[in-house]
Amino acid sequence: MAALPIDGRDGALRRLSDRLVARPRLLVALFLAPPLLWLGVVYLGSLVALLAQSFFSIDEFSGLIVREWTLKTYGELFRPANLDIIGRTVTMAALVTLVGAVIAFPIAYYAARYARGRTKALFYLAVMLPLWSSYLVRVYAWKLILAREGILAWATERTGTTPLLDAWLALPVVGGPSLSISYTGTFLVFLYLWLPFMILPIQAALERVPGSLLEASADLGARPGQTLRKVILPLALPGVVAGSIFTFALTLGDYITPQIVGSSTLYIGQAVYTLQGTAGNIPLAAAFSVVPIAIMVGYLAVAKRMGAFDAL
Amino acid sequence: MTDPAALSAVRFRGVSRHFGATRAVDGVDLDIAPGAFFAMLGPSGSGKTTCLRLIAGFEQPDAGSIEIFGAPMTGVPPYRRSVNTVFQDYALFPHMTVGANVAYGPMVRGVPRAEREARARELLALVALSGFEDRRPAQLSGGQRQRVALARALINEPKVLLLDEPLGALDLKLREQMQVELKSLQRRLGITFVFVTHDQSEALSMADRIAVFNEGRIVQVGAPDEVYERPQTRFVADFVGGSNVVEPDAAERLGLPRGLYSLRPEKIRLGEIGFAGTVETTLYQGAQRRVVVAVGSDRLAVVAPAERGPLPVGSAVRLFVPPGAAHRMEG
Amino acid sequence: MNRAPLGLRIAAAAGLLFLHLPLALIFLYAFTTEERSYQFPPPGYTLEWFAVAWNRPDIWAALGLSVRVAATATAIALVLGTLAAAAVARSRFFGRDSVTLLIILPIALPGIVTGIALRSAYSLADIPFSFWTIVVGHATFCIVVVYNNAVARLRRTSGSLVEASMDLGADGFQTFRHVVLPQLSTALLAGGMLAFALSFDEVIVTTFTAGQQTTLPIWMLSELIRPRQRPVTNVVAAMVIAVTFLPILAAYYLTRDGDRIAGQGK
Repeated sequence: MAALPIDGRDGALRRLSDRLVARPRLLVALFLAPPLLWLGVVYLGSLVALLAQSFFSIDEFSGLIVREWTLKTYGELFRPANLDIIGRTVTMAALVTLVGAVIAFPIAYYAARYARGRTKALFYLAVMLPLWSSYLVRVYAWKLILAREGILAWATERTGTTPLLDAWLALPVVGGPSLSISYTGTFLVFLYLWLPFMILPIQAALERVPGSLLEASADLGARPGQTLRKVILPLALPGVVAGSIFTFALTLGDYITPQIVGSSTLYIGQAVYTLQGTAGNIPLAAAFSVVPIAIMVGYLAVAKRMGAFDAL
Repeated sequence: MTDPAALSAVRFRGVSRHFGATRAVDGVDLDIAPGAFFAMLGPSGSGKTTCLRLIAGFEQPDAGSIEIFGAPMTGVPPYRRSVNTVFQDYALFPHMTVGANVAYGPMVRGVPRAEREARARELLALVALSGFEDRRPAQLSGGQRQRVALARALINEPKVLLLDEPLGALDLKLREQMQVELKSLQRRLGITFVFVTHDQSEALSMADRIAVFNEGRIVQVGAPDEVYERPQTRFVADFVGGSNVVEPDAAERLGLPRGLYSLRPEKIRLGEIGFAGTVETTLYQGAQRRVVVAVGSDRLAVVAPAERGPLPVGSAVRLFVPPGAAHRMEG
Repeated sequence: MNRAPLGLRIAAAAGLLFLHLPLALIFLYAFTTEERSYQFPPPGYTLEWFAVAWNRPDIWAALGLSVRVAATATAIALVLGTLAAAAVARSRFFGRDSVTLLIILPIALPGIVTGIALRSAYSLADIPFSFWTIVVGHATFCIVVVYNNAVARLRRTSGSLVEASMDLGADGFQTFRHVVLPQLSTALLAGGMLAFALSFDEVIVTTFTAGQQTTLPIWMLSELIRPRQRPVTNVVAAMVIAVTFLPILAAYYLTRDGDRIAGQGK
């Protein structure tokens, strides 16, 4: 059949195409090779090199890295001061995730169920624009808001709620000299930064819930509250989990936000940053960065089982 | 019957195609005569679509050989076969106009623009879509899309045209119209048509030969009346036209020699003589009624003309099985 | 569909306000006459700081570097992301899930991990910091953006289009040029724009891979930590928001209709 005059051209490309079409596996391998090489060598290679260094230690007198396998650095990692940092970061990540989900849900639910046509497009853009716009500028915006002479102070003064704010700041742990130097401030900025990452996956999960399901629930006698609890929330859960992958990963790795807005206590990101930079303790920095990796790998495994990847 | 010495348009010898543990096509031998209107009929998952894809070259057999007009097809990619396909979802290129869709085949073969556009206009005229050149596929109705797909597949003058459930997405009226048109088109062009369907009435009315597929194998090949009147197996009897399958014991009760029979519902007469029975269910179908009658412990489907009047459930009837009405099957 | 309950509408509106008021504030501050503090409401409004910012060579240098890095990283990500999408979207092969995971990993793991890993790899391999050390990091996490867009489009495109093309006589390369690429083009353009925006704004990985070089986000970061001329920072912040809005809007409009048209058939 190859000899049939159906084709005037029989160039080198066409002969190459013959070979590739006859071997679909080879074709897939050719497609995969460049991205896998890049990610495998550049990314995984660097990660492995980093992990390897966490099993080295630092000579306390010379400050030089001792290239011998040891678990000493991990012993150092689990000192109370460092455990404090880890605990603080994870707590912050969890709070941001929880409150983020609560704020995100009504937006996502409205966008998925009630917004149509133009409104829907508008909603989508309203979430996408902050998500993609500059991270630093958005942190900067909060520096403006929380400043002593800024809009928040102005607003509380105008509405007479300054005593409320002061009372909050007088509370232990969450309070502080001002909002921009308190856990509350750090929390607000994180919440603001990662909220869009929570809205989109929840909306995606809710979009997949057919309206007839809610009608069926109502038809069977469920009150709106019951439908919400028994039908909508369980089906939205994969979206919440997918969103929490981002809020968690982003909070765990951030070293800039707490540096600009917050009390001077450290978070994992800052610890890693200072350890590898000014302290020059690469092994401990590496061991520290294993913590968010371990948390995220565990998190991803659970998320995958809950079907969260489909909502991404 | 096919003269074994004559060249087959399509010839399968011991062809198998497995997907993991699934034997989609399992040792199929097949000869399709040049100029035939050939139907591959079977339930979904019976292997008929995989056979079509093997002819087109989208799949390669794991075992066996395929020839098209005597040329072996092993390792030959789809674009080197003079076979074209009308896809079930039409697969029209959404980013091209109707004209560009039809002219696609000549375009990739390097035919100059003016020539291929003229040819595309001819083909669109053939399927009664003159003047639709500049529309987009999305602007067409389902029936129009199908005609475009047909024109596009015919422009390369294939020796074999493959049609995958060509009428599946159309509504009933359009489907009947397209059946007639496809049939007359095939007669005019003289090209071998091979079409896949799960609809036995479509296969019976359009094809001049039918291969019935089940579980990756061909269970019977023959002319439509042959397959309908003389099914060779229980599966064919049941799948093609919903015949009564009469088990050996029941055959004896009906006065037939012991054996497995196919008994077409329309061959049984409802009247004053014959076996006494009771109507169990009745389905009004317009021109006729399809009735299930219990005769003792046996159940028989019977078709009665509508003018015979209503047959309420529970009414007593008599069934007459004319001599020769039952066809004995292999087993 | 009936109207949403009042409570839901209020909650949704409040959430959106929370997302957008801070951005609006950035624009307001770009015009303030106040130099020393973040006073609200601004005592006066002026366009003066736009002119001052315009004449600052350090800002132009940082912007230039950011644009060049983002363009190069986007180009690399376009090639690698499209290839990966083509492999994953159309076939089931052993280890397919692992490949997907590997592509997602650079954004699923905290940016600081990527940053420090790259930095320690550079120092182990004795690679000095350069334009390319930044690009390598950016391209790595931009791949997933292109990949996501391309994979989504390929999944929505009828699989029989490629077969139809080959059936009509087009070989693999012709099919790619005439069918696959036109189907993918808007998705790739959108993915490319998002990748550009992502790279243009990236700071966490960049601080580890830039050495002494200053991209626009690094310039911004140093202003955040040690403010020198607050009104200039305000102006740059507002401009950064305005400039990144454009590719995001464009990406949205590019993928909005296309994905519906491509799904016709089945």
